[in-house]
Amino acid sequence: MDHQSSPGGATRRELISAAALVPGAQLLSVLMASPARASTPDGMEASIREFVGEASMREGRVKLEVPPLVDNGNSVTLTVSVESPMTEADHVTRIAVFNEKNPQPNVAVFHLGPRNGKAQVQTRIRLATSQKLVAIARMSDGSFWSASVDTIVTLAACLEG
Amino acid sequence: MARALSNVPANAKRGKVIEIKTLTRHPMETGYRRGASGEEIPRDIISRFTCTYNGAEIFRADLYPAIAANPFISFFTVATESGELVFAWTDDHGKTQTETAKITVL
Repeated sequence: MDHQSSPGGATRRELISAAALVPGAQLLSVLMASPARASTPDGMEASIREFVGEASMREGRVKLEVPPLVDNGNSVTLTVSVESPMTEADHVTRIAVFNEKNPQPNVAVFHLGPRNGKAQVQTRIRLATSQKLVAIARMSDGSFWSASVDTIVTLAACLEG
Repeated sequence: MARALSNVPANAKRGKVIEIKTLTRHPMETGYRRGASGEEIPRDIISRFTCTYNGAEIFRADLYPAIAANPFISFFTVATESGELVFAWTDDHGKTQTETAKITVL
């Protein structure tokens, strides 16, 4: 077969195979990059274990409020409140928030004390996809309490914007 | 400073629990995004926020890339005495930006 040279010197066959390879290679790199980075339910468990340590954790006393249906994952209002008298003898020392499927399992850790008077914090977070969020409070007596909530995200953060 | 905002009541009765709201301008770049030509955009976030009330720390937050751009944080405190609340936002490079609010306790 007679190979016809293009102006650049490459053959027609080489050009076609090169064109076919490029998008494939890009797609492959994207596919390979995402699973290594994404937080997983196991990753969240490990981060929670790190925060709680050997102590046992019970559900209750914590209220985690996030809109159940999120239009825009780039900015989601999150409120955590904990039932506590917030006195010198009995108060919340820390509140941690974790997520299941963002690139990292940690969201934030808030350090509180009796001077706060009321154990409630609010912030705005990013959600990469529909997922479960967990809030855990550590009390001054060393006990841990938790709450979790499922959210549905229609426009994900981290991809655009 | 125009880059940071705080909302603290100017007056409060002694012992009253008041809400404090803070907002600062920052991209909170996660380090997971890529630019137009495919290069990684380096991480640049505010990783720590603190609030002191007449010099004593009353609230602190450790922040991660999951916090939205222009971080908003609200929390509560007991109005104990007249004075100053100082808010400080510290980024990954250790650069700190502060904002001060005055409160009169009656």
